[in-house]
Amino acid sequence: MPDLGRAALVTAFLLLVYALVAGSFAAWRGRRRLAASAQNALIAAFGATVVATVVLLVALARHDFSFTYVAEHTSRELPLGYTLTAFWGGQEGSLLLWLLVLCGYSVAAVLTARRVGREVLAWVVPTLGLVGTFFALLLVFVASPFTTQVAPADGAGLNPSLQNPYMAVHPPLLYLGYVGLTVPFAFAIGALLARRTDERWIVQTRRWTLAAWAFLGVGQLLGAHWAYVEIGWGGYFAWDPVENAALMPWLAATAFLHSVMIQEKRGMLKVWNVLLVVLAFDLSLFGTFLTRSGIIQSIHSFTQSSIGPWFLGFICLITAGSLGLIFLRLPLLRAKTRLESLVSREATFLYNNLLLVALALTILWGVVYPLLSEAVTGEAATVSKPYYNFFLHSFGLPLLLLMGIGPLVAWRRASLRALGRTFLWPLSAAAAAGAALLVAGAGSSRVGVIAYTFSVFVLASIVLEFARGTSARRALGGVGWLGAFSSLVARNRRRYGGYVVHAAVVLLAIGVAGSSAYQTVREARLHPGDSMTVAGNRLVFRGFEAKTESNHRAIRANVDVYRGDKYLGRYRPGKNQYFAEDQVSNEVSIRHDLLTGGDLFLIADQVNADGSVDLKALQKPLVNLLWLAGLVFVGGSLIALWPDAREERRLAERYEGAAVRV
Amino acid sequence: MSVALVVGALLAIGSVVLVAAPFLREPAPTDDRLLSPDAAQQRRLAVAEERDRALAALKELEFDHRTGKVSDDDYRELVGVLRQRAAETLRAGG
Repeated sequence: MPDLGRAALVTAFLLLVYALVAGSFAAWRGRRRLAASAQNALIAAFGATVVATVVLLVALARHDFSFTYVAEHTSRELPLGYTLTAFWGGQEGSLLLWLLVLCGYSVAAVLTARRVGREVLAWVVPTLGLVGTFFALLLVFVASPFTTQVAPADGAGLNPSLQNPYMAVHPPLLYLGYVGLTVPFAFAIGALLARRTDERWIVQTRRWTLAAWAFLGVGQLLGAHWAYVEIGWGGYFAWDPVENAALMPWLAATAFLHSVMIQEKRGMLKVWNVLLVVLAFDLSLFGTFLTRSGIIQSIHSFTQSSIGPWFLGFICLITAGSLGLIFLRLPLLRAKTRLESLVSREATFLYNNLLLVALALTILWGVVYPLLSEAVTGEAATVSKPYYNFFLHSFGLPLLLLMGIGPLVAWRRASLRALGRTFLWPLSAAAAAGAALLVAGAGSSRVGVIAYTFSVFVLASIVLEFARGTSARRALGGVGWLGAFSSLVARNRRRYGGYVVHAAVVLLAIGVAGSSAYQTVREARLHPGDSMTVAGNRLVFRGFEAKTESNHRAIRANVDVYRGDKYLGRYRPGKNQYFAEDQVSNEVSIRHDLLTGGDLFLIADQVNADGSVDLKALQKPLVNLLWLAGLVFVGGSLIALWPDAREERRLAERYEGAAVRV
Repeated sequence: MSVALVVGALLAIGSVVLVAAPFLREPAPTDDRLLSPDAAQQRRLAVAEERDRALAALKELEFDHRTGKVSDDDYRELVGVLRQRAAETLRAGG
């Protein structure tokens, strides 16, 4: 079996090298059959990668510890579900997942590329081949999941933090996001190499970019929820370098999704858009590098390894090559139109782009600076929460405000009178909310009040957009309110799906502000019968109970929670002692209050020999809005992604009319 | 081991056949050039994109005016320019 896995990976590597070399030659010399052959090599590489994937999954399911990877990441007592998810629990397996997803995306994107010319597609294939070759090379020569050994009696087991249902969805979703950004990158580079800087590459990759961005967003939120319920420190995002690594490409892709609309509507920002696509892809590679190289100590970085220099070399190659190509094609990327006014929809998009990129780059600096300082001085500097929070407040709050301003401003230019009319209701709502918050005593956090006030402004502007749009559509006649509303959304899914995503971001902002700026934390050592109070809740410790499961021993502190005289239930924070892994994990207990959106979060920090517990209790107001935001985000993304027959007809007409391959 | 051998052999043969398929299907084609749009087609494409952009801008202006984002004065000033541009691109597209 390991031989089959190795052979499949070598086959995939050779096919991808062929797609790169033969594809480049075919595109350069204009050879039709060779270009088709290179494209088929991508399809065959996908097949070979599927075979390698199946081999590893079978080895995991069989507990075949002669595979070093299986022995290092699973044990006999590990439940089957977690045994299979160990596929991406280590470096080699997750690199294989990268390659599998990349080949899958490549095949799907190339086979459905109807809107882009053959001359562009001919260059897209070797670009995808280049990225695939790099990952296949790592898997064949540097970090193979198919190395073998004399099988030990049992494996080392899986990191306890990874033994969680989220393990089944969070990493694959993040990978669908990270890897998905290769598609717009490959088409942008293909278009530049083919000297075709028209809109076709954008039209072709619109949905791929949106899908990758949505996967990355949902993946991060699921990761946050995983951290919240599993890691046991009472938070959901810690500015961990690897969390930042997923956030940065998402921010760059968010900027691109906005600025690309300016190119579509006004023919502007062509250089900026290709730069953003390259930046997003570079950051996704950098994210994989951070996660998998072990260069940074994090819960995500499982091992020190030798793949770091390879990744750095590849990132440098991609960056230098892409920038050089953009520079060479600058004459083709010049815009024919200019920004008409600094108060217009396109101007607000531009401001949003500058803030998003600034935020991504400051986060990048926060991640890179400790590495650079360690390389230069031998000591790693620490970039901690205050640094990130400063820039989150400096760039994030204006971004939040712009989400409300943008939809209210017309394209091209807006007069003061029109602005006064459209801003009246959202501004009034925001001012009323701000005043009410101050009266209610929320002024203890200035940032919190600003975030809530801006959030109300954005929500009001979104509601107003839907209301005015529906009203305008209804005024055209023939339909009722519901018909006008559905027609409004159906005719411009990207815009109204985008507004729903904005609403999700507002919920996120409210949840983050509430659960961080207004949270209450209490800690106490309690003996059985002792109690403590947090945010009006009385917690009474009743003693421990212990239980032995197949792969761990669980100890739980029984804590009864009362509000006044009302008994709210028994909660059981504690610890798990994993046998094979010889590790202890924190198991938190959370009381959700769906009415207020807040949580009472209990951590048994220390289980003491004298029968006492060091209990930490956090009251986190509005934290559940974060998870609600995830659902709204998915809804908005689906609306934006949903196929639009009218748009398809229009595009077909455009390209058929121009007699360009459709 | 035998299953692995069979799967490996099938993978190798299948890959080679798939990669060679374009050459096997057309061993001696009359034309093996990768066609790309000529200058006239590229010009038509650029005009079609410009036409769609102009028409979309006009629709957007109408909608922004109806929803109150564009004042009557701004609308009157902009609509003429946009209509003229849309007409030009329609004429240029034939």
